[in-house]
Amino acid sequence: MTGDVSHANAQGHDHEHQAVPSDLTLRVKALESLLVEKGLVDRPALDALIDTYEHKIGPRNGARVVARAWVDPAYKQRLLTDANAAIAELGYGGQQGEHMQVVENSPKVHNLVVCTLCSCYPWPVLGLPPVWYKSAPYRSRSVIDPRGVLREFGLELPEDTEVRVWDSTAELRYLVLPERPAGSEGLSEEALAALVTRDAMVGVAKVMSPPKGVSA
Amino acid sequence: MNGVHDMGGMHGMGPVQQEKNEPVFHANWEGRVFALDLAIDSKDKWTGDAERHQIEVIPPAEYLRMRYYEKWLTALVELTVKSGLVTRAEIESGKAMERSSKPGHVLTAAEVPATIASGAPASRNVPAAPHFRVGQRVRARNMHPVGHTRLPRYVRAKLGTIDRDHGVFVFPDTNARDLGEKPQHVYSVRFAARELWGEQAAPHDSVYVGLWDDYLEPA
Repeated sequence: MTGDVSHANAQGHDHEHQAVPSDLTLRVKALESLLVEKGLVDRPALDALIDTYEHKIGPRNGARVVARAWVDPAYKQRLLTDANAAIAELGYGGQQGEHMQVVENSPKVHNLVVCTLCSCYPWPVLGLPPVWYKSAPYRSRSVIDPRGVLREFGLELPEDTEVRVWDSTAELRYLVLPERPAGSEGLSEEALAALVTRDAMVGVAKVMSPPKGVSA
Repeated sequence: MNGVHDMGGMHGMGPVQQEKNEPVFHANWEGRVFALDLAIDSKDKWTGDAERHQIEVIPPAEYLRMRYYEKWLTALVELTVKSGLVTRAEIESGKAMERSSKPGHVLTAAEVPATIASGAPASRNVPAAPHFRVGQRVRARNMHPVGHTRLPRYVRAKLGTIDRDHGVFVFPDTNARDLGEKPQHVYSVRFAARELWGEQAAPHDSVYVGLWDDYLEPA
C-alpha cells in the first residue's frame, strides 16, 4: 500500500489538544437556555442522556457479546447471521445500532471498521466513538491504506492476511468479532470479556493473551 | 455533494492520533450539545439525513478546523431556525421572544431509556423488489449529486460484487430533502482494493460499502 503518507499537514490535529475556547462554552450555554426557555427541551432529560453515554452504554457491552460468542458456538452462529437479535439477547440495541452486522476475524481475515463520510459507530455495543475514529486521518486513510493505519496502532499484519475494510456509509453498523487469544482456554466468560478492548472490536487491534497466572 | 466530508482516499491528513484513557466528552459543552441534539431529534422536525447534510454544507475550511461537536452545534442551530422552532434573532440575543407555540413532544428524563432502546430504524417493511442478487457483479454509478448522498466518491464508476442484501431502507438522497423515503434495497458491495486504488493496494484486500439500488447498475 502507500508507503509515503505525508505528515506535513499535522496542524489539523493540534486543535484537538488546545484548551476549549470559552466561546463554545458560552454559545452552548446560551442555546440550551434558549431552548429550555422556549419549552423545547427539558434539562433533566439532557442530564439523563449524558449520564447514559458516560456511564451506562460503552464497550463493556460489546465485550460481553464477544465473550459469549467465544464460549457458545450456537450464539456465535446467531450473531453472524442475525446480529440484531443475538445482541438483543444480552439486552443491547437501539439508537445507532438499529441495524447491526458482526464480522469475524480469523487467522486469514482481518476486519476494520470506518465511516469515511462522518462518524457512524455502533453505539449500543461500543458507546460513543473516540476522537481518532471521527478524525480526518482515520477516515481518509483507512480505506486506501488500512495496513498503514493498523501499523500506527501497533498491528502489523502478514501479507497473506486478507484485510476487509467496512465503510459505514449506509445504516449498517459493524462490530468486529476478534479472534479468541491463545492462553485463554480455561477462562470464564466474564474473564474473557475483560480481555476484549474497544479497539479490537473496531478492528485496529487484536485481543491480547491473558497475563500468565490469570485464571477463571 | 462532493464535499470535504467525503474523505475516503484523501492524502495529507497526517497520522492517526490516539488518546490514552479518553473521556466520552472532553468538555461539558460537548455533552450538552450531544444531549440537546438527541432531545430535539426526538421531535422529528427534520430527518437524520437532513441533519447529516447540514453538517456537510459547513464550508470546507471550517469543517476541517471545527471540533466534532462544534459541527453538531452548527447544524443544530441552523435546523432549529429553519424548522421554525426558534428565530435567528432569538439565537443571536439568547433570549426567547415568546414560548414556542408548537413545542411538539418534549423528551423527559423518564423517557430517555426507552427512546434510546427503540432507536430510529431506517429499514422499511414495504415490498420493494431487489435490483441485484448476491454474487452479482455491479458498477457503482458515476454520479455527482449536489445534495446529500451516501455514495462515496472513491467507489464511483468502480466494479464490485454484491456480498449481502440487507433488505429495504429509506433512501437518504431524497429523505434528506423531504422528497420522500423512496424505500429500496441496501447491499454490502465488495470492492477489491486494487479496483479502487490500483497496483499499490494489497492483492487480496477489499472494502465493503453499504449501497442502495439507485447507486448501482449491472456490470
